[in-house]
Amino acid sequence: MSAGVGVDLENLWIRFGDFVAVRDANVHIKGGDFFSFLGPSGCGKTTILRAVSGFLDPSEGRVLIGGNDMKGIGPNKRPTALIFQNLALFPLMKVWENITFSMEIKGASARERRKRADELLDMIALPGQGDKLPSELSGGQRQRVAIARALCAEPDVLLLDEPLSALDLKLRQHMRTELREIQQRVGITFIYITHDQGEALTMSDSIAVMKAGVIDQIADGKTIYNDPSTAFAASFVGENNVFRGRIKQIMGNEALIETNRSGTLLARISTANQGRMKAGDEAMMFIRPEALALAGEGAAGSNIVSARVNHEEFEGNVFNIFMEGDGGKELKVSIPNVGQSFDDHTGQNITLQYATENAVVVPAGELAAE
Amino acid sequence: MKNLSFTRISIWIYLAVFFAYLLGPLIIMSATAFNSPSFPRMTPWECLTFEWFSALFQDERILNGIWNSILVGAGTVVLSVAMGLAGALMLTQIWPKLRATYYTIIIAPILIPGVVIGISTLVFWDRINRMLGLGADSFLSNGLFLTVIGQSTFIASYCMLVLVARLQRYDVALTEAALDLGATHAQAFRKVLLPFMRPAIASAAVLAFLASFENYNTTTFTFGEYPTLTIELAQKVRYGITPAISALAFIIVVLTVFAALANEASIRRKELVAMARKKATVEELESGKLRLPGFLSSNSAAVALVVVACATVAVAGTAAVYSPQQCIAEVQEQKRLETEQRIQELRRQRELRRQEQQQQQGETAPQAQPSGNNSGFGGVFNPGNLSGDSSSGEDASPTEEPPAGNNSGFGGVFNPGNLSGGDGGGSDN
Repeated sequence: MSAGVGVDLENLWIRFGDFVAVRDANVHIKGGDFFSFLGPSGCGKTTILRAVSGFLDPSEGRVLIGGNDMKGIGPNKRPTALIFQNLALFPLMKVWENITFSMEIKGASARERRKRADELLDMIALPGQGDKLPSELSGGQRQRVAIARALCAEPDVLLLDEPLSALDLKLRQHMRTELREIQQRVGITFIYITHDQGEALTMSDSIAVMKAGVIDQIADGKTIYNDPSTAFAASFVGENNVFRGRIKQIMGNEALIETNRSGTLLARISTANQGRMKAGDEAMMFIRPEALALAGEGAAGSNIVSARVNHEEFEGNVFNIFMEGDGGKELKVSIPNVGQSFDDHTGQNITLQYATENAVVVPAGELAAE
Repeated sequence: MKNLSFTRISIWIYLAVFFAYLLGPLIIMSATAFNSPSFPRMTPWECLTFEWFSALFQDERILNGIWNSILVGAGTVVLSVAMGLAGALMLTQIWPKLRATYYTIIIAPILIPGVVIGISTLVFWDRINRMLGLGADSFLSNGLFLTVIGQSTFIASYCMLVLVARLQRYDVALTEAALDLGATHAQAFRKVLLPFMRPAIASAAVLAFLASFENYNTTTFTFGEYPTLTIELAQKVRYGITPAISALAFIIVVLTVFAALANEASIRRKELVAMARKKATVEELESGKLRLPGFLSSNSAAVALVVVACATVAVAGTAAVYSPQQCIAEVQEQKRLETEQRIQELRRQRELRRQEQQQQQGETAPQAQPSGNNSGFGGVFNPGNLSGDSSSGEDASPTEEPPAGNNSGFGGVFNPGNLSGGDGGGSDN
């Protein structure tokens, strides 16, 4: 992959009156990366994107694109192209005019523009649709036209603001793959904004998890999923069972947690927090539903949890068991469907076990709202 | 349809009354343009004539008024639409807390009486003119300039209302997208916002032109040496009207109907084309084989437009070859006969009365009024008076020879000697 142009945010603060939308963001985005900002709505991720594209001036700090400070440079002078949440295709222009708008601005001839539009239409698999109006296209087609329009401007950085949120599930999944392919083909930096962790995980080289204006963790998808550094990251990305408690004892990279309702359990301290936690600290332990397995009768140890089955659910690829432990503690267990037979466990007490490396301990903190 | 209930019938009756109320005056006025009497009237129908149209086009003052109205209209359209667009854009940009206040200020000119706007325009620019030390013939005291400025003060508000309605549906992201793709603010405005606003700008321009064209109460203070059509008409009406004004009204009505139908037809056609395009497959669009619907197919407005156009051509054609002289001569002959009959009748009556007086002898009665016609209206309301040539209001005092003099249709309205009889007679015209 070509080097591409990187983007850096240095000590970026953005305030609207008293409200702090972005708090001291420091991000280094490598050139040619597919980088996602992931967070719930209102966490400031769109604000960051607008600061990068130049529609918004940071209150403090700097935005650097390709190492150049972008202060005072308007959106029309930056080497970025933005794909808007609602696409913002020009409704009165035909598809080919939409796509080549950036060339029209530079005074290219209609013939040149037409030629380039046809190339791009081929690339986005919409050949021969140039003479239609955007309103005559389907949602997915419009989506691709918006991408072509942005790419036509030959930006160094492509910014995407939840572009898939208006599409239905099937199309969304299809477009994920397509976006990733396009990104790898053109080799420029993509900065992608989403609240959908599935999109972020499937497409990104790196993900920044954001919460209320603060960046919690920046890492690749696997790390974020398996080794979250904060309680928010752990609970926002994917499903997780949380156990609140207090650290009883630290043993190297592992810790013994005195949980409030499920006894003492052993877990791994997440990489970012290793060496920073000590006995007596409030802590949270997370175990993914798929990391729990049914244990044999009478199993005992510090990696065993028991609970009563509340109800069960067959989801196709997995079999979900919802359980209630001591004191109302809720647990979800997902068992992959590999053709085995499932007994109905409703009402029974079940013992579950997990591998210690799959249970992660982080300092106690705010969880993502359900 | 089968079951004509009471409600249904009353709705139809209501509609009939409603439309008669709306359109009745227009239809009657249009009809009077083709009747030959010199006072606009529909009954009695005398002769079909087109002379009032030629009379209209020979009237220098009317033509000059139309020309001035068009000049003022054009100026007002340019100024009002520009100011309206600026105002509308400002409304979307302004700090939200100020928006309500700003809106009220901008809308205020609509609520202020036109007379006040007229006077204040005159006074204000006169002051400015003097402050700058310019003479009475300077540009700032020019009638055209003042009228355009005066009318634009409130017409711009109308335009702004029309433009704001469209602007509210504009997605600001479109401008941002254009900027993001490298356009300057001017380019984004010209290539994205302006095309989006075009239909509203056209509506606002039409509205502004019509509002300017029909404006009287502001213009009456500002027109200076450039009387517009409404001013000319108002001045003319003071001295009595002829069907030439009906002819003008008819032309305006026809033009309006024509424009409205043309607009409707083009909108309908666009819809049909868009529908056909939407249904078409890619191959059809590609090969250019797509058959678009014809201009007249399922487009009632277009059909009506063609009918009106044909009717207009037919009427114009008839007018070119038709000569009402024969008819007018016949009518005049008939009227002359009727008048003679009446004169003889009256003579006979007078003869009879004199005989009676001679018999009574005792009291001398100075009032020998044959028809009791001493109101300021003269013989206007006397159907027998509708006689021919308009040689006009000579002496029609009722005591002396009433039948001979009072044949102008207006009776003695314009005779100052008649004002003692009844007041405000002239205003009835």
